[in-house]
Amino acid sequence: MEVLPLMKDTRVLERLRSVLATGALITEPAAMRPYETDGLTAIREMPWAVALPGSEDEVCEVLAVCREHSVPVVPRGAGTGLSGGARPVRDGLVLGLSKLNRILEVDLDNCIARVQPGVRNLAISEAVAEHGLYYAPDPSSQLACSIGGNVAENSGGVHCLKYGLTVHNVVGLKVRTIDGDTLELGGKGFDYPGYDLLALLCGSEGMLGVVTEVTVRLLPEAPAKVVLLAAFRTLEAAAGAVTRIISEGVIPAGLELMDQLTLRAAEDFANAGYPRDAAAILLCELDGDAAEARALQGYAARLFGEEGAYDIRQAESAEHQARLWAGRKAAFPAVGRIAPDYYCMDGTIPRAALAEVLKGIGELSERYGLTVGNVFHAGDGNLHPLILYDANQEGQVELAESIGREILELCVSVGGTVTGEHGVGVEKLTPMCAQFAAAELAQFERVKEAFDPARLLNPGKAIPTLSRCAEYGGMHVHRGELPFPGLERF
Amino acid sequence: MSEDRAAQLIDAVRSAAADGRQLTLLGAGSKAPAANHGNALAVAEHAGVLDYRPEELVLTARGGTPLADVQALLGQHRQQLPFEPPMIGGRGTLGGAVATGWSGPGRPWRGAVRDAVLGVEMINGLGERLVFGGQVMKNVAGYDLSRLQTGAWGSLGILLSISVRVSPQPEREYTCRLACGAAEALAWMRQWARRFSPISATCFDGGALNVRLSGMAESVEAAASRVGGEQSPDPSLWQALRDRELPIFETAAQGGAALWQIHCAPAAKLPTGPCLVEWGGARRWWRTDEPPSAVRAYAAEADGAALPAGVAPSFQTPLMRRLKRAFDPQALFNPHLIDADAL
Repeated sequence: MEVLPLMKDTRVLERLRSVLATGALITEPAAMRPYETDGLTAIREMPWAVALPGSEDEVCEVLAVCREHSVPVVPRGAGTGLSGGARPVRDGLVLGLSKLNRILEVDLDNCIARVQPGVRNLAISEAVAEHGLYYAPDPSSQLACSIGGNVAENSGGVHCLKYGLTVHNVVGLKVRTIDGDTLELGGKGFDYPGYDLLALLCGSEGMLGVVTEVTVRLLPEAPAKVVLLAAFRTLEAAAGAVTRIISEGVIPAGLELMDQLTLRAAEDFANAGYPRDAAAILLCELDGDAAEARALQGYAARLFGEEGAYDIRQAESAEHQARLWAGRKAAFPAVGRIAPDYYCMDGTIPRAALAEVLKGIGELSERYGLTVGNVFHAGDGNLHPLILYDANQEGQVELAESIGREILELCVSVGGTVTGEHGVGVEKLTPMCAQFAAAELAQFERVKEAFDPARLLNPGKAIPTLSRCAEYGGMHVHRGELPFPGLERF
Repeated sequence: MSEDRAAQLIDAVRSAAADGRQLTLLGAGSKAPAANHGNALAVAEHAGVLDYRPEELVLTARGGTPLADVQALLGQHRQQLPFEPPMIGGRGTLGGAVATGWSGPGRPWRGAVRDAVLGVEMINGLGERLVFGGQVMKNVAGYDLSRLQTGAWGSLGILLSISVRVSPQPEREYTCRLACGAAEALAWMRQWARRFSPISATCFDGGALNVRLSGMAESVEAAASRVGGEQSPDPSLWQALRDRELPIFETAAQGGAALWQIHCAPAAKLPTGPCLVEWGGARRWWRTDEPPSAVRAYAAEADGAALPAGVAPSFQTPLMRRLKRAFDPQALFNPHLIDADAL
């Protein structure tokens, strides 16, 4: 969407300054530098100004000033998002919510915590750990990412196959709309009558409202956990084992796959004890009470053996489990060491298509001459292909984007989606055109309009314009037979 | 039963739009009494399972597919709908289950209807056929307009097909019955909510607390001895609760007192009078002579909301009206749920 040029009206800045605490409005370029990008660092833009409100009232007043003067607003949590959802717009205000970082209430009787949006994901679990409780969704950035950002992206994590995404674990939201309304959605219980705006807000990428309070469910920690490592001689066999274990009725707490490239990189980096000769490994976490975990452990080990695992290790001690997970958690930085740059994709596919899509990614990798590593949430079918490239070599950025787009189109063609958990942001606007038809995009637009008729909240994100898709459609050549693969394409 | 009526339904919507005629969507008619608003449009004939891959834990079926057919098919593969939709009088369709958003006894442990909805194909008020979401577990492409259809009572469009996540049937199920009073039952439910256990449903029925345990045999047996009480003589209680066939749901027998459905903070204090408590305390069915204002005041105090049992909610806030208009600009669908004049 086009953002109308806004005069750097000193009067508007003055009004913003007057509703904020001293120093909470940033306009100097050097001080705004940390806000020019998020976790998708390839895309940057300097904002007009950055506001860091310290209270919910200040958030409301900032929104009121922005509405009155038609200033675009880009809400921002911890800035760890991987799709550019918090990338600023040139003439807009970044509304940073990091100072709203208080845990307002831990209600043990109701098993909920009510927190401000800037509270870090992990801080919630840390605050209730002494009671044997935790907050389930655990995106890999959980040390840094904020719960408000998790709501905006509907974040997942390693354990969401069994314990759900953000949408399944948030029971209440307080939201401020750009029109100045306060929406109190849900509460401490479940499924209040009326449209499920709570579900709609989850994953809406800050386009519909600004979340100022989040009520999350707290779950009891499982008393027993076991982690299995299963090594396979082919990627296809590992993918087949994923399908098998779930079709046998076992829902692992986590089920991750790493291919040879990533498992070796991770092993070099973290000394997790992975078998370097494996074509792929599965890490499978099973939890429950003691009897259940023991029974599942034996069952899963047998199934992996039947599917061709040649080496199965069972980690029962917390130390051994942590070591196995350490490699997985270090996979992205580890891959970062073997190539100057990498580009992380996020498609989700039906599990049964895993082997086919992994093979397709291998073929694309060969054709483009770019190495692609695979480490992902196999149980959910959520792929994270890592495209290795060197931004300093001419044309490689474009090649990486191009193969990335083809990988996402491959995901869509087998019935999948262009983003499983990282969001569309600015990164996947074009792939969205491959997934949605014009009438569907127009429906998204009308929903946006119901919340934000002036389109001031996070403009230009998440939903591509029809004209963008028309342009894409005109250029799109199926399955990569691009006439000029090195050409920059918007 | 399998029949593709999508083309006819689209025609019906388009001609209604052209004539400015409103449509009341009618499924199996098991949950909502046929309303006398606008013309009824039968949607239940559009039925049939389109795709079911047990290893994917996903089923896709047309909106009119009878729940009984879905359950039977899933049962052949030892799977089930995790949200346990009520089958009132043994009937109901998948589309109706999603449209009402009524979840069964396992909701806090197995998730709500909307938690299982992965994608929908629908007709909006412009007569457009739209697809949102998909058949995969994780999907954040675009706004979540498929989950938004859950509990919208068809006011945003006709659900042509729905993809839902299904789950494995537990290996073992066991019901304990603990004789106790209401307050003691609620305290028990809240205490156990903080412990890891294979509990999959709780219900205080006026005389005793019933606790359903589901999972692997080893785990259920170990938990049964921890929970205590006696083995329930009647494990069909859960189906009767799901299908709203327990005595508290019987209108005729209760001398005119109204039955209210209250969703609230699970630990909130109980109302006085006959009350069935499920969902670990988070849903209560309260039979009372109190005036609606008093019932609503109680629910508000309990951080909750009250509705007369079995009744559709209304979608009356300004934002909900704008959202309705975003899908259905002429307010064709189920006008009785929304004050059309205010659109």
